[in-house]
Amino acid sequence: MDFAFTEEHEELRQTVRRFLENKSPEAAVRRWMETERGYDEDVWLEMAGQMGLQGLIVPEAQGGAGLGPVELAIVMEEMGRVLFCAPYLSSAVLAARALLEAASEEAKAELLPRIASGEIVATLAFTEKQALWDPELVRTEAVRRGDSWSIDGVKDYVLDGHVAHVLLVVARTDDGLGLFRVEGEAEGLRRTLLPTLDLTRKLARCQFSKTPAVRIDRDGDLAKALERTVAHTLVALSAEQVGGAQRCLEMSTDYAKTRIQFGRPIGSFQAIKHKCADMLVEVEFARSAAYHAAFRAAEGDENELLTASAMAKSYCSEAYFRAAAETIQIHGGMGFTWEHPAHLYFKRAKSSALLFGDPVFHREKLADRLGI
Amino acid sequence: MAPQRTMSEEELRERVRALLDEAHPDEVDQFTFRGAQFDHGLAWVHFPEGLGGLGLSPKMQAVVNDELRKHAKRVYEDLMVNPIGIGMGAPTLLAYGPEELKKPLLRRIFTGEDIWCQLFSEPGAGSDVAGLATRAVRDGDDWIVNGQKVWTTLAHVAKWGMLLARTNPDVPKHEGLSYFLLDMKSPGVEVRPLYQITGEAEFNEVFLNDVRIPHRYMLGKEGEGWKVAITTLMNERTALGGGSSRKGGGPIAVLVQLWQERGRDSLSPARRAVLRDHITQLYIESELLRLTALRARAAQKSGHPGPEGSVGKLAQAELYKRIWECGLDVLGAEGLVYEAGYERRRPTGFGRGDALSLAKYQFLRSRANSIEGGTSEVMRNILGERVLGLPQEPRVDKGVPWKDVPRSG
Ligand SMILES: Cc1cc2nc3c(=O)[nH]c(=O)nc-3n(C[C@H](O)[C@H](O)[C@H](O)COP(=O)(O)OP(=O)(O)OC[C@H]3O[C@@H](n4cnc5c(N)ncnc54)[C@H](O)[C@@H]3O)c2cc1C
Repeated sequence: MDFAFTEEHEELRQTVRRFLENKSPEAAVRRWMETERGYDEDVWLEMAGQMGLQGLIVPEAQGGAGLGPVELAIVMEEMGRVLFCAPYLSSAVLAARALLEAASEEAKAELLPRIASGEIVATLAFTEKQALWDPELVRTEAVRRGDSWSIDGVKDYVLDGHVAHVLLVVARTDDGLGLFRVEGEAEGLRRTLLPTLDLTRKLARCQFSKTPAVRIDRDGDLAKALERTVAHTLVALSAEQVGGAQRCLEMSTDYAKTRIQFGRPIGSFQAIKHKCADMLVEVEFARSAAYHAAFRAAEGDENELLTASAMAKSYCSEAYFRAAAETIQIHGGMGFTWEHPAHLYFKRAKSSALLFGDPVFHREKLADRLGI
Repeated sequence: MAPQRTMSEEELRERVRALLDEAHPDEVDQFTFRGAQFDHGLAWVHFPEGLGGLGLSPKMQAVVNDELRKHAKRVYEDLMVNPIGIGMGAPTLLAYGPEELKKPLLRRIFTGEDIWCQLFSEPGAGSDVAGLATRAVRDGDDWIVNGQKVWTTLAHVAKWGMLLARTNPDVPKHEGLSYFLLDMKSPGVEVRPLYQITGEAEFNEVFLNDVRIPHRYMLGKEGEGWKVAITTLMNERTALGGGSSRKGGGPIAVLVQLWQERGRDSLSPARRAVLRDHITQLYIESELLRLTALRARAAQKSGHPGPEGSVGKLAQAELYKRIWECGLDVLGAEGLVYEAGYERRRPTGFGRGDALSLAKYQFLRSRANSIEGGTSEVMRNILGERVLGLPQEPRVDKGVPWKDVPRSG
């Protein structure tokens, strides 16, 4: 059933919130985002060792917690609140889900435990020049050489591609689409960190030339499996967006209560009060969208998953962006400064709106599904 | 509210089937069927036993509605005939009504035998309801009421009115009000139609000239009218903010149907793309309105709505206006024609038509959504102040006796 959160869920939320408040205050976020790596190795390992978060959706047999989309949404929402800098989305969500949906048992057994323990960071290298998550557009090629494979092509906008220990690469073969494993340090792989709009989430270009690879996909429709992978990732990302939007609302109302102009708190002016009220409505709707998608995803009905995730990604993207934009406005000149966190949320909001396809892209897909 | 009972979903479904065995909506009229539904405790499951309910959690009502829809071709939709009685009268009566009146009145509200109306607004007091001027003066066992109400929906067919009147002008506005049940057939009550943007007269002016109301029809105590009115207003917002209870249902279903039948294939590619994106956006928001209401209900244990109901009220009003605006855009030139005409009409309920005429009618009617039951501006004030805790605006009438406060009209 929708929205049936349990006490365990509430506990998980509290634990994660405490951990993040402790380890990822704004000062830490600012420090990490300025580095090329983009995150703190010690905190990453602590998170895996102490909390087991990297293995959240990894089955217990492979060293994970064996939890599902609802728990993942809770964790992502908390990470979104504080703009946590870590390859969590790329490794623990996207790559782990790709392995679960598309990889052979052997590859899963090999990689999932290492993802869960935090030992490796993995990512999925899917998109190319157009940045669209559409298998049709994949031009990267994999060629068989005896028992092994090699890859040629360029993957772009690869999440944390510059630091990943393992890349899961989608490439074309003579017999259709394939999923390949490439080591981060492989010969013939050149990785370039892209200068990103959003410093808190790193993207890389990965160029492959005769790069050795291992084919890891299992029997079945890989395009479908990747579609499910992306849909699950959208659900998680939507929850992250809710966390960010909620934080923006809180910053804005807190400020509106204390900033005094014309002898009154600015929150007593309707122009400001009404912005906050509209933000509240949108954040509540975004929350409904993200939670609904998470519960649908947990039920495992593919149709529902695709519909609900497209709805969530589209709505949460726009709600977060508006919340972040209004936060700057409500804070006035202060909101426009580098010192204030508003711009960090603003940039994260836009980057996550564009990642995995923008709202219009998802509405188009949704319209197709609904016969609109 | 009585302590909550628990009952399994299956048991509840069983009860609905027992009701259907006894009276089936496909075979008996609305009054008989809904009377039986009330007697089985399936009108409002969160109401106490004997008063149309079973003392269950309010979210269990969904099970009842679902089961009814499954087994009956015809469903007597809750709000069509008596929206104000059902949405606001019943919960207010339950909370503040005299015991002996509760059962008979609640049953007739639910069946639609008694239509209710809400006599709050006045020419000089709309958003500022507590500023109203209608006077009630005690005379032995009665109260004598004089004043004028306005925009009173369904007053022309109503049996009972929820009347808010001033019983003490010498104290600040919220403290001098009392709440009455008014028998609309009482001598001195005069109802005149007020025609609106659609040409029809859903609402009215109501003139009250020396109208006598027995004291036992006072809800709550003398001077506590505002507290009672809050219950009515909170429930009004919830009633006006839940969206459709069915996935993809309500106004968006009409828009999508229009789009499929009339718009989609006759437009240039650019126009089609723009409108399609817009409609999909509206579809998503309609879904989220429904889901947010579900989420609020899941969080709420008792039957009392909180200020969060204002989220739905505001969102629904603004969304529905946009949906119907888009409906006319989909129609394009066809929207130039208004076949229904502006015949002066007195509707007795809220009917339905085919998608085309409904869209044109609602394009006009929906402008009221952000005015009726509290304007969107006032809803934003409520959300800002009561939910987010933002500071109030300076109140010039705070602490001032009502009679000394400036008023318009
Ligand atoms: C179709 C329809 C049915 C109705 N049915 C009923 C009914 O059955 N019973 C009943 O009692 N009433 C009914 N009403 C009345 C309705 O509740 C009032 O119209 C509404 O509360 C607004 O009051 P007003 O019309 O006096 O506008 P005003 O209060 O005069 O408002 C005018 C404008 O000023 C704005 N405004 C007012 N105060 C503030 C403020 N504090 N901050 C910011 N902006 C403000 C408003 O938002 C609005 O834009 C109905 C109205 C309509 C349209």
